[in-house]
Amino acid sequence: MGSANTNMSLKMPEVDTSVVSRRDDIINRLRQIVPPGPLGEGVIDDPRALRAYECDGLSAYRQLPMVVVLPETTQQVSKILAYCHENGIKVVARGSGTSLSGGALPLADAVMIGLGKFNRVLEMDFDNRCVVTQPGVSNLAISHAVAHRGFYYAPDPSSQIACSIGGNVAENSGGVHCLKYGLTTNNVLGVEMVLMNGEVIRLGGKHLDAGGYDILGVVTGSEGLLGIITEVTVRILRKPETARAALIGFPQVAAAGDCVASIIGEGIIPGGMEMMDRPAIKAAEAFVHAGYPLDVEALLIVELDGPQAEVDYLIGRVQAIAERLGATHFRLSTSDAERENFWAGRKAAFPAVGRLSPDYYCMDGTIPRGRLPEVLTRIAEMSKAYNLGVANVFHAGDGNLHPLILYDANNEGELEKAEAFGSDILKLCVEVGGVLTGEHGVGVEKRDLMPTMFNETDLNQQQRVKCAFDPDGLLNPGKMFPTLHRCAELGRVHVHRGETRFPDLPRF
Amino acid sequence: MKPTSETDVLDAVVAAVADETRLEIAGNGTKRGWGHEVVASEILDLSGLSGITLYEPSELVLTAKAGTPLRAVTAALDEQHQQLAFEPPDFGPLYGAAPDAGTIGGVVGCNLAGPRRIQTGAARDHLLGFRAVSGRGELFKSGGRVVKNVTGFDLSKLIAGSFGTLAAMTEVTVKVLPQPEKIRTLLIFGAGDADAVKAMSTALQSPYEVSAAAHLPAEQAGRSSVSYVSGSGGSVTAVRVEGPGPSVEARLAGLRQQLSGYGDLEELHSSNSRTLWAELRDVAPFLSGANDMIWRLSVPPMSGAEIIADLSLPLEFRHFYDWGGGLVWLSTPAGKLNAASRLRQAVMETGGHATLVRAPDADKRETDVFQPLSSGGGALTARLKDNFDPRRVLNPGRMYRDL
Repeated sequence: MGSANTNMSLKMPEVDTSVVSRRDDIINRLRQIVPPGPLGEGVIDDPRALRAYECDGLSAYRQLPMVVVLPETTQQVSKILAYCHENGIKVVARGSGTSLSGGALPLADAVMIGLGKFNRVLEMDFDNRCVVTQPGVSNLAISHAVAHRGFYYAPDPSSQIACSIGGNVAENSGGVHCLKYGLTTNNVLGVEMVLMNGEVIRLGGKHLDAGGYDILGVVTGSEGLLGIITEVTVRILRKPETARAALIGFPQVAAAGDCVASIIGEGIIPGGMEMMDRPAIKAAEAFVHAGYPLDVEALLIVELDGPQAEVDYLIGRVQAIAERLGATHFRLSTSDAERENFWAGRKAAFPAVGRLSPDYYCMDGTIPRGRLPEVLTRIAEMSKAYNLGVANVFHAGDGNLHPLILYDANNEGELEKAEAFGSDILKLCVEVGGVLTGEHGVGVEKRDLMPTMFNETDLNQQQRVKCAFDPDGLLNPGKMFPTLHRCAELGRVHVHRGETRFPDLPRF
Repeated sequence: MKPTSETDVLDAVVAAVADETRLEIAGNGTKRGWGHEVVASEILDLSGLSGITLYEPSELVLTAKAGTPLRAVTAALDEQHQQLAFEPPDFGPLYGAAPDAGTIGGVVGCNLAGPRRIQTGAARDHLLGFRAVSGRGELFKSGGRVVKNVTGFDLSKLIAGSFGTLAAMTEVTVKVLPQPEKIRTLLIFGAGDADAVKAMSTALQSPYEVSAAAHLPAEQAGRSSVSYVSGSGGSVTAVRVEGPGPSVEARLAGLRQQLSGYGDLEELHSSNSRTLWAELRDVAPFLSGANDMIWRLSVPPMSGAEIIADLSLPLEFRHFYDWGGGLVWLSTPAGKLNAASRLRQAVMETGGHATLVRAPDADKRETDVFQPLSSGGGALTARLKDNFDPRRVLNPGRMYRDL
């Protein structure tokens, strides 16, 4: 979110002054657990050095952490958590700090645990088609580690050069290839994690599915509220033999939407299928000169991957669909370089839009694909009403919409206006049958919007899952849930037969 | 009790919570034998909650009430050339129930997955959202109707495979996918277990997008109704390729080259392919001794054959492999429980799990059905149960005796 300064309009949990007053003791104890090592300092307490940790990718919200600790081993993580648990100290975990929803936003009274020193790929097991890695390894580094054998790790969030695999598990990260290859949750086989009380557990492994409750499944995407991941096992896939992309331009957004629906309706699942609207096309083209047509209202990038014979065959069918629906521009990549150039524009869409405006705010809702034309029309109306520009990029295959709201934080009140515009967009997504966040997470950003999608009973049941892991609510509080209820209160059963709607209902 | 609406289900659970009675949750009851015997005062039969409430083929999404017969879902999808890509098995016949009688809620509750698990996941990976009544007597929902959704904890994963012990599902929303245009299966004849696992691993490491890989030792192969398989007289390893016609042909040609060293090769076309993979998916055609105990082992793919070899099981034990070697189905004569602890120990060492999918009640009283919980995982499991069903109203004891 651009370069806006601290604006803590956001209400965070009340600072526990008794913890803050013990800061020196806490730092000393953490230094005993994690002394300086070959990888550098174990504990960071200098305010200037702490500044590097004051925000994540959602930089509108900033807060200096009380202290940062950088463990190197699972045992150290376990000791830190056990100590914090015994002493009622809150904990926030941080991977690479690329979250766009404030998932790693520090708290003034919390220990921040940075996992950057967990930076080794531990095992490449090609026969079982998996990689065991430490959580601080970047998403792309996993693919690089196995590239020599023609393998890769499929989920590819656009921050993949920097974002850590542990962070991917915490956020259940997506990317442009989710439609065909799934999200993080469909590609993680196992984790080692440390619970708030210091207990180390293993979930999953190199096998498929759980032998009991799928705890790994609920840990994935839990945004650092359930435990700290210290090892990850992911499945790897053989790289597709070939990939080709088509640039398809339409004079109306609705026709582009129909094209997406028809491709899927005819049984074709492309590796990637992205859409940009006119403002996004214009910004991207001016920035990277990808060869995008400027006379269209909507541009699709459709990438087909797989065996050569399949790609050639399906490209022909996609072309036929596009022409039938009135595409005015159709261009096929003829080389990998050209295909990558097609993507370069899309992947640079955020910074490209950033050049148009001092600040921009990236939204992340998902909608049923068919509602796209209607949603874009209503976003355009809101854009007029708020008098703020907007450019839309869209993972069209899976309905994940990223409106980029343009604003200038130096103008009084404009950040608040951008936030209000963003909230309206997300409420619209829910209204048409979609969800608040497709891949960026709830964090602090969408926390207070949760009640637009879930009622209190729904939210309480989710919080009870947290109670099973962290009954004192010490892990990453203030994220995901608008109100954290006490577990004792959530555990009470209030139901009495006399209060049911049909107390005298016969027993069927 | 056979409720016909969500409100009825809610009222039934609320009443059970208030009266401190216990409920056994069932759909059509085809898989009631999976798990320990549930001691409950009544069966909450959800098969009265039936019907597809939303199906949008171009959005790849379908919503159905939990008791909707799976065959109704499949029929609707067939009309649009779509499918549940995780290939839910029909385990009814394993338990002596009629074939093709299960419900969509049962599929999700048991987290079923067929041979395509290795490519597209299990029920857990296709469940986008659900509505359910918790053991607290509260109606709640989770997830949504879109694939890309990280809004809140992913309770869909937790509910899939919880065997009705956390909540009684009333409605599920699942992702659906196009049916492949063409299916072919490459058969390799005569490979031993260890070589077959290597052949399957080679196929799965190839760029040819194999959608299933299974191995039948000679005796199991002999039970197939596909003559190419049963008539070979020896073991059969099967590798499936699906997709558009030209792609399938090209990939088969590539696979033939890579696998020629493992034995003689043969191809099955669509109809025979479908039959063979349905048999492998449903298990019963291969392991059907009426009183045998049936185990399902999920292990790292390269470990399955090693476990079987190391156990040096007596001759009356039978097995076959799916998921490229990562899923082992094993049948043992009833009462032979002395193998159970050795088996569990061997599986545990690989990090995997063993489930006693079917056994006479007498045997199930002697051993755990689900992989015994480790210390850490076990406490978490109990706390999760406590937070969904504190009074132990729903399917008490079905997964773990004291839960």
